[in-house]
Amino acid sequence: MLSQHLPILLVVVPLLAAPIIVLLRRSFPSWLVATLASIATLAIALPLLARAVSEGVISYAIGNWPPPLGIEYRVDAANAFVAFIVSLIGVFVMPYCRRGVSSEVRAEEHYLFYAMMMLCLSGLLGILLTGDAFNLFVFLEISSLATYVLIAMGRDRRALVASYQYLLMGTIGATLYVIGIGLLYLQTGTLNLADLAVRLPAMGDPRATLAALAFITVGISLKIALFPLHLWLPNAYAYSPSAVSAFLAATATKVSIYVLMRYFFTIFGETVVFDARYTGVILLALSLAAMFIPAVVAIFQTDVKRLLAYSSVSQIGYITLGISLHSVGGLTAAVAHLFNHALTKGGMFLVLGGVVFRLGGSALDRMAGLGRTMPIASFAFVIGGLSLIGIPGTAGFVSKWYLVTAAMAEGQWWLAGAVMLSSLLAVIYVWRFVEVAYFREPPAGHPPAGEAPLSLLLPALAMIVACVWFGLDASWSGNMARAAAEALAGGWK
Amino acid sequence: MRLDVILRVLAKLLIPFAVMFASYVQFHGDFGPGGGFQAGVIIAAAVIFYGLIYGLPSAREVVPDVLVEAMIAIGVLVYAGVGIAGLLLGGNYLDYFVLDHDPVHGQHRGIFWVEAGVAITVSAVMLKIFYVFAGRRRDAGGEGS
Repeated sequence: MLSQHLPILLVVVPLLAAPIIVLLRRSFPSWLVATLASIATLAIALPLLARAVSEGVISYAIGNWPPPLGIEYRVDAANAFVAFIVSLIGVFVMPYCRRGVSSEVRAEEHYLFYAMMMLCLSGLLGILLTGDAFNLFVFLEISSLATYVLIAMGRDRRALVASYQYLLMGTIGATLYVIGIGLLYLQTGTLNLADLAVRLPAMGDPRATLAALAFITVGISLKIALFPLHLWLPNAYAYSPSAVSAFLAATATKVSIYVLMRYFFTIFGETVVFDARYTGVILLALSLAAMFIPAVVAIFQTDVKRLLAYSSVSQIGYITLGISLHSVGGLTAAVAHLFNHALTKGGMFLVLGGVVFRLGGSALDRMAGLGRTMPIASFAFVIGGLSLIGIPGTAGFVSKWYLVTAAMAEGQWWLAGAVMLSSLLAVIYVWRFVEVAYFREPPAGHPPAGEAPLSLLLPALAMIVACVWFGLDASWSGNMARAAAEALAGGWK
Repeated sequence: MRLDVILRVLAKLLIPFAVMFASYVQFHGDFGPGGGFQAGVIIAAAVIFYGLIYGLPSAREVVPDVLVEAMIAIGVLVYAGVGIAGLLLGGNYLDYFVLDHDPVHGQHRGIFWVEAGVAITVSAVMLKIFYVFAGRRRDAGGEGS
């Protein structure tokens, strides 16, 4: 009986956890409820993914109003896989929050922090599962508003400014998205995504569709932090609490990328988006710019958190590069990198959070001699860095391999070279950490040698291990990415 | 303080009617314009009015901060609880048809509780915003949160 309700339960469980946490008010019970809820979401997301892969599209009518009249949740391999990624990251991050948050968020705000985490999780999962364009906007706002609050909770006062900056950019993005939806609604008279996918091709290719496509693309690209719309991201990741940086870096932008893929391939369709105009070329150019320019900027950062943030912008370029190829191979690479980068960057931010816990800051200079004082953490960080570069044996290599193969299948040999070159830039910014951590003496007055507490170290290590695991055995993640890509390209039949 | 007698007396006269009007808007929402959001705003306006005339501390005595915060959460729980009730009674999430033997009656029951949840949360959020802004200077730390 319960199995048919999995799509809605995935969203409702964290949504219910949030008000319960507000009622509890105490730090420990709040954390317990949040952790249990995130474990529950993973327990729901796994069977949902299995069903979506084996049975195809699952439709769930909210309030028993048949779609397209009522709001529908529509799950296929693509959004079930991304929902699995989001809930998996939630399970890694929530146990970490207990110690991580105690040092970074004021004690009387702990319960609000967990409530916001739950709302953010619920919003992200809602964006993924819903089959309704406006409902998607509502969940986008739920997750974004929660995110703004979470970023502002960082102990650095600049966190407020970073949050405000993101609020402005995020609101502009959401507004553009709604304008696009309005245009689509005026044309077709429906907000149901599957219904839109059926009705839009019948409209031909009028100017209004083009305008809607433009508004939605730019609006969602702001949320993705696609170069050059990424300016909110480095500050937001750098000044928010470590657990939040890890959670956001691994989930928020990824969910928006899913939305873009869904609109491009399932709703507007490849003919409208890629064949009739230069979207592919523009996206390719922006992806290449993203792969190189933020990577160069990352090299010159003096703060490791900011370095990782710029690296995220650069890595998003690989994902959008896969989209711009508009082939199943390219999409597979994009989805695979979504998963692999979520593990890598989430893990690195968690490791860094443990380091910050010990050292009290994330400036690169403070990390001097870290290889000696915190050997496990710095080793884990370097493994994560290798995955960012794409060294064989790490998850990052797998998705880059898919990307290069997809580019070659399209006859774009030079793209393979571009991917290699930008990986070299990643080598430089990872090397900067290696040099400081392993080839410098710990400064005087440095905290005594010792690792971060286990509750911080274990979730971080688990993610780094997962990152190696999926680098050595990519059969499962590769199959899932391919199933997701086929579901995206095949449309909602 | 002596000069605002008229304000104080008028406020005392008006506030009960404001609350009554709010309940009219709440319960007549099925048939006319209105509903939980509007009713919640009016309830909050009544308390805010009280706070403006009698001062923030007395408003906080009538509706304490803890209650406001609890109400924010309770309203959401009531709303989501209606959805869960639909699940438990064998329907889909937020399925009102199964809430009673008669489906139309079930719809009435469902929307009644959902709107109740909306009114609780909206009035509490409005009050919370008022308290935070009005209490900025008074509360220790200056942030009032």
